[in-house]
Amino acid sequence: MRPFAYERATDVRSAVATLSERPDAVYLGGGTNLVDLMRLGVVSPEMLVDVTRVVDATIEESAGGGLLIGAGVRNGDLTADPLVRGRYPVLAQAVLSGASGQIRNMATVGGNLLQRTRCSYFQDTSKPCNKRRPGSGCPAREGDHRNLAILGHSSSCVATHPSDMAVALAALGAVVHVEGRHGPRTVPMPGLHRLPGDEPDRDTVLEPGDLITAVELPELPFATRSRYRKVRDRASFAFAVVSVAAALDVADGVVRDCRIALGGVAPVPWRAELAESALRGAAATAAEFGRAADIELAQARPLRDNGFKVPLARNVLVGVLTDLAEAR
Amino acid sequence: MDVQLSVNQDQHPITVDTRETLLDTLREQLDLTGAKKGCDHGQCGACTVLVDGRRVKSCLALTVTMDDREITTVEGLADGDTPHPLQAGFIEHDAFQCGYCTPGQLCSSVGMLAEFAAGWPSVVTPDVSAAPHLDEGEIRERMSGNLCRCGAYVNIVAAIGQAGR
Repeated sequence: MRPFAYERATDVRSAVATLSERPDAVYLGGGTNLVDLMRLGVVSPEMLVDVTRVVDATIEESAGGGLLIGAGVRNGDLTADPLVRGRYPVLAQAVLSGASGQIRNMATVGGNLLQRTRCSYFQDTSKPCNKRRPGSGCPAREGDHRNLAILGHSSSCVATHPSDMAVALAALGAVVHVEGRHGPRTVPMPGLHRLPGDEPDRDTVLEPGDLITAVELPELPFATRSRYRKVRDRASFAFAVVSVAAALDVADGVVRDCRIALGGVAPVPWRAELAESALRGAAATAAEFGRAADIELAQARPLRDNGFKVPLARNVLVGVLTDLAEAR
Repeated sequence: MDVQLSVNQDQHPITVDTRETLLDTLREQLDLTGAKKGCDHGQCGACTVLVDGRRVKSCLALTVTMDDREITTVEGLADGDTPHPLQAGFIEHDAFQCGYCTPGQLCSSVGMLAEFAAGWPSVVTPDVSAAPHLDEGEIRERMSGNLCRCGAYVNIVAAIGQAGR
């Protein structure tokens, strides 16, 4: 690990000011991804600004009828919160399906959103990678890409976004509160993460100095009937091969409204807007759920070795929606 | 940097390189070699300790962030000469072979049972909004951050299950 300076932020504004002036500095949250990437030599900041004691770590009801989750809330505390568990079970399940108990106790909500891909080429500094070293190439396109993207990838990058939490937040339409050089602003989800295009080194739309301070969940009464299902190579403590976050509002056998996002299939948490449009007003049946999944997945461009993710995503999506429809 | 480290209720004013992890500080500076370095990437759980009562991976925690936190290692679990109930349970159930993962398993299970007692759900809890029931499936899921290459899982689960009842 390269030497670095450590500074404990005393307040949010001064932390933002420090990072705005120092492009070689990064924020430190729980460190569960950053410290590992520093040890691997993937990133080598010259300064860490520890924001864990200045970023809000509480969960409160928001003025708009939703929840305001401080970016410093640890993932473990998020999954234990009665309001999250009762009103947005999809979010609790998504976070619980990620990492391990120890890591969830360390990781913060803000840091979870900004974790980097686990693409093996990104993490191996002996290999080219356009995300790690722009212009060096992408061996994954022709190499080991079984678990990489089928949607939204580009000729320069086929990585997937690793977060489970972000998939639930994208489905729920969360709003990310950001403190930046020019003051506070909000960024909607989806919309925080960006598709790679020819700039895969930029994971998000955030600018230098931007600090995520909170995540706001909108009021969404039908999210009490929501769930997250994750398919992975082993039963626990593994990243998603495919995951689905969904909330369904059904009345008299007809879909009144729904929220759907896919994980493990794209460089961003993938909000399935085409499937949602196809389902609003449709019969809440497995056949209609399958039709909606097909419409969404018609955009898929699988690589040589990950075509299996297309029927897998379809099956998991139909399964989750069917379960939600039958749960009422 | 100078850090005031509180470990097993002993105060240690120490000077550390900013790169030093809590795991390396415990083992190399404080001679507390219970916490083990397995993968050094947060994947195996051998380095698990408790920080303010919560289980964490000490290989991913920078020591400079640990000022004024209370750290408990496996050396601090027993009450004098009386083993912690989980330590006694691991012996009774023969819950280890080589023992390398055991300090991490013990600290992790202490933290896990506290999470369970506080009503925290897991991903296998049937209703995430309801109080969980500590069965074998729950223990296995909640302990998935601790690997045992000897494969002593069956007895580890039994030992934790007994302590959790």
